[in-house]
Amino acid sequence: MKEITVTVNGEQHTASVEARTLLVHFIRETLNLTGTHIGCDTSNCGACTILLDGKSVKSCTVLAVQANGKQIATVEGLAAGGELHPLQEGFKENHGLHCGFCTPGMLMRAVELLEKNPNPSEEEIRWGIAGNLCRCTGYNNIVKSIQYAAAKMRGDELPDTEPEFV
Amino acid sequence: MIPAPFDYAAPRTLEEAIALLQEHGDEAKVLAGGHSLIPMMKLRLATPEFLIDINGIPGLSYVKEEGGWLKIGALTREAELEESPIIRARYPIFADATKLIADPQVRNMGTIGGNIAHGDAANDHPAVMIALGAEIEITGAGGKRTVPIDEFFFGFYATALQPGEILTEIRVPVPPAGTGNAYHKLERKVGDYATAGVAVQLTLDNSGRCTAAGIGLTNVNPTPLRARRSEEALVGHVPNEERIALAAQYASEDCNPTSDLRGDEAYKRAMVGVLTRRMIRRAMERARS
Repeated sequence: MKEITVTVNGEQHTASVEARTLLVHFIRETLNLTGTHIGCDTSNCGACTILLDGKSVKSCTVLAVQANGKQIATVEGLAAGGELHPLQEGFKENHGLHCGFCTPGMLMRAVELLEKNPNPSEEEIRWGIAGNLCRCTGYNNIVKSIQYAAAKMRGDELPDTEPEFV
Repeated sequence: MIPAPFDYAAPRTLEEAIALLQEHGDEAKVLAGGHSLIPMMKLRLATPEFLIDINGIPGLSYVKEEGGWLKIGALTREAELEESPIIRARYPIFADATKLIADPQVRNMGTIGGNIAHGDAANDHPAVMIALGAEIEITGAGGKRTVPIDEFFFGFYATALQPGEILTEIRVPVPPAGTGNAYHKLERKVGDYATAGVAVQLTLDNSGRCTAAGIGLTNVNPTPLRARRSEEALVGHVPNEERIALAAQYASEDCNPTSDLRGDEAYKRAMVGVLTRRMIRRAMERARS
């Protein structure tokens, strides 16, 4: 067993883990933060996306020991002080989720996307979320949700939120 | 899916990592980005007894031009490569390739050194490195040695890396004026391995004659393949439509694709031809601009 210390959503945790423990299992089963989902378990779907030292990674393909000494952000930490993050608001306002399974991963991926590119084009958003699968085929509204959040974070006028059904 | 049990160490220096590799021999694997290794371990296709995590070793992640070489530290993430100002300004072929490697999250972890050291003909950097005439720096207990890219890949997952050695740097000769390069792979969906991929680098003189050519092929041979006859079809000639068609035909004839879910052999050969033609044209456009 290896002892690791990680800071998750601002709170420090120390725990003993097997070297083979995957980060997503540590987050869900040791820390009981089940907002991070396991979808494909093969680094394809992106449902398990979290931020590791600010970078979006697929936590099903990272070992918990690799996170030792690092900062982790999960979906549970997004709504600071109980107020929805602009991305969460964007998804809520634009019908950006249907079943919701991919949503935590989409949100965490989009956090880094907007941090690197505060004013992304539609194409940049689509490439940016290329590692996140939505099986409700909600991509159009997910893109709109991210555009809404980007506008809100820039302080621009908010785009129309009429959901698009195609 | 959970990997089989293994022991783990995160050394802080290259010397420590090499000592551990030597101590554990074949039972040890180096963990860099882990996005080839960990999936294989989860599927129990790889069951190393000891993982040596090199992510905490400083000084292995950089992109710089020095003494006529582009030097890339082995631990440089694909995302860092994608965002590097030097790469963006002067090496468009890396921008072509990294954009098509897996997806943004995987590129935040995956390293260029791992992509090459894995020895998988389906990975994208090997063909790019063949086109660019790269050298691989390997560090072991006895110090450093350099292996030309053409002597690096031996077979399926087999490379010139010996037990106890770590790939530490990739070096690409800074191309002369009049050089252009390009890479594209045909993939069924984002994140898939290539159905076929082609990397091309060409140097044209003032009269438009090709003075140097490098062409590498992805995932159409047991090892990353240099399309030698295609290169020879271009060097010394002005790459007109006839020459380009000849180079494309040779690449399509000289590769050895296997039929699988991505396509049958004939289809893959045809795609190698199409991509070779297109990448030669793109490299020429870039050489002229």
